Amino acid sequence: MGEGFRQGVVVRSPFERLSGEERERLDRASRSILDEVGLQCFNDEAADVFARNGCAVTREDERSFRVKIPGAVLGEAVKRAPSRVKLGARDPRNALVLDARLPRVYFGSGSETNIWLDAHMETFRSEEDPSRRRRLAVFTERRGTVARLARAARLAEQLEHLDFFIRPVNVQDEDITEQNHDVNKFYASLANTTKHVMAGLTSLSQLDNVLRMAELIAGGKEALKDNPVVSFITCTVKSPLQMVDDATQKLIEFARREVPFVVSSSPQGGSTAPVQEAGMVAQINAEILSGIALSQMVNPGAPVVYGSVPVRSRMDNLHDMYGAPEFNRYNVDCVQMARHYGVPCYSTAGVGDSSVPGMQATLEKIFTYLPVAMSGAQYIHYAFGLLERTNVFCPVQAVLDNQHIGMVKMFLESPRVSEEDIGASLEQIRKVMASRQKLYVRFVRRGLRDGSVYAHYPFEGADGTDGVIEKALARLEELWSRPVRALPGEVKDAVFEGVPGILGRLREDAREEMIKEGNR
Amino acid sequence: MSEAELIEKIRTNVIQGRVTAEDEGFDEGFEGEPATVELVEEAIDREADLKALIIDGLTGGMNAVGGYFESGRYLIPDMLASAEAVGEAMDILAPHLEGAGVQSKGRFLIATVKGDLHDIGKNIVSIMLKGAGYEIVDLGTDVPTEKIVQAVREHGPRFLGLSALLTTTMREMENVIRSLESAGMRDTVKVLVGGAPTSPEFAQKIGADVHCADAFQAVDYTGEQAA
Repeated sequence: MGEGFRQGVVVRSPFERLSGEERERLDRASRSILDEVGLQCFNDEAADVFARNGCAVTREDERSFRVKIPGAVLGEAVKRAPSRVKLGARDPRNALVLDARLPRVYFGSGSETNIWLDAHMETFRSEEDPSRRRRLAVFTERRGTVARLARAARLAEQLEHLDFFIRPVNVQDEDITEQNHDVNKFYASLANTTKHVMAGLTSLSQLDNVLRMAELIAGGKEALKDNPVVSFITCTVKSPLQMVDDATQKLIEFARREVPFVVSSSPQGGSTAPVQEAGMVAQINAEILSGIALSQMVNPGAPVVYGSVPVRSRMDNLHDMYGAPEFNRYNVDCVQMARHYGVPCYSTAGVGDSSVPGMQATLEKIFTYLPVAMSGAQYIHYAFGLLERTNVFCPVQAVLDNQHIGMVKMFLESPRVSEEDIGASLEQIRKVMASRQKLYVRFVRRGLRDGSVYAHYPFEGADGTDGVIEKALARLEELWSRPVRALPGEVKDAVFEGVPGILGRLREDAREEMIKEGNR
Repeated sequence: MSEAELIEKIRTNVIQGRVTAEDEGFDEGFEGEPATVELVEEAIDREADLKALIIDGLTGGMNAVGGYFESGRYLIPDMLASAEAVGEAMDILAPHLEGAGVQSKGRFLIATVKGDLHDIGKNIVSIMLKGAGYEIVDLGTDVPTEKIVQAVREHGPRFLGLSALLTTTMREMENVIRSLESAGMRDTVKVLVGGAPTSPEFAQKIGADVHCADAFQAVDYTGEQAA
């Protein structure tokens, strides 16, 4: 199976924080949370499923149940979850294979920000010395729209290190309603990228319409099974330990239909989970396992992914905090726990707490990309363009992130020290030592061309100025000018005919749409 | 293969940076094919027009490479590979040049000054200048002032390139210039200085003719002097 899916980067000897004993201890703690404290479950059907599968279910109040899952029941259910989940793509070469037994790492976007941050360059003159001028980036906040989502998908298509697409902006157009929200967000994504598209579902009533769209694009029901071009995210648990009604019902329906989905939990250390590593990881692990167990009770073997998004809470405003050292600890631990259960891991890295691109954003992003990728998380979301926690998506930041993720992937590639590599190197050393100038530069040429040798930072400024954003903006414009790999006309027709609610303007050429969108 | 085709092939191989047949080129599909050295040897055997070979084949190739470098298609390893190919070709051609009516561009004496063992920059300058057609006399590293002065007397170079990487050893450059003055030879040679700690101000202060920040500036300066 060497061809036919994206290769990501396979991490040799993943970085681990937890010893085997510590992992076992956390597993016992999570089991004891679910068995002794239990979940507060707001979904009737889930309570019923848990009860039928040997859990202790009692009425908590009018709206909820207390569900206590015995350790053995939990273990049996989680064991049924597949260790390998395939996520398809419009272009099957862009499919992803998530295998809990193999630390193959993919990076992708996400998720649902409210603000789209555009940037342009302006020239500023020094007040002290008017002969001194500087080109600086100026940022403009815009609201998320379907057209901007389409532009984000087009950018995602062109960023070579982006392996999957989770919509990075909320769509807030006036003609978007709860009913047509899902079909429009999936269509705007699928029509503009040939990579895997994952999203949450706003309204369960639209699940079958979205799946119908996916079938038409994949080429039929069976084709969609082989090549699931879409998948879903559901946050069943509101931390701490409250299984919410609507997201839980979505989980049940995803499991029934056997479409791939992520059971995600995102507690904040210090507010909705303990700030201490042991407590945070034990709790989030319990929350995710409860969802995985429920999915397997509904439909054994349903393709589920362990979704861990543990964050720190900052104490000056109780917002999420992503650039904290604890964030890395929590996330790396969760990657290890997912591996412990043999379930592929959806993890998190690359969110900036900073509200604009720059030094802080770069630091925070790289500070999380590296350890989380090194730990071998299969599916790292939030990695492109996110700023101000998850409130802002900035396209030029996504271009920078693409560069930095490429560097991380290159660092993580397996060592090339085969007998053949050693032989070629020794030959090179012999040749150079026999030459007058004793320089190896000639032997760099092939690697520079095939990309196995890193050239240099492409957004470097000149003459003592920082040209990073200006150069990345030029790159962004170039990427956006490339043609869209559009859906075939007949598929587009079939989708518009067979799926109600897609806005007519999405049928138009995406470029015209961009122009029309202007600076609204 | 006609003579014109042979010269064109030499030009292509210079652009590809291929010294001998075992070298890969910049583009695919060259491995195993005769390269600059083999083709120049063939040209000598055939008694081809060596002046045309140098102007159209070697210099023409290097000019194209310079253009690629400026446009960003080529990086330094590619430039150096091409310069190396030309340098090797010039070594082979040297004994035949007089007969072919080709004038040497002259000698370039180069050294890293006393106390300093760094030679990467010096070697890159040597490769590039050799590729540009100069006869390089490389005295190596940690070269005492007396030895440099003696070499200037012996070889009569048009240019003397002095290199240093350390702030402690760059001062030695001034000693070399003062010694050349004392020996009455300062006006016979243009002195180029370079290396990380050096600057145009430093060059002016010690009485050097020019400061070169990199090998390209050295090639430009020598070219301007020859024009």
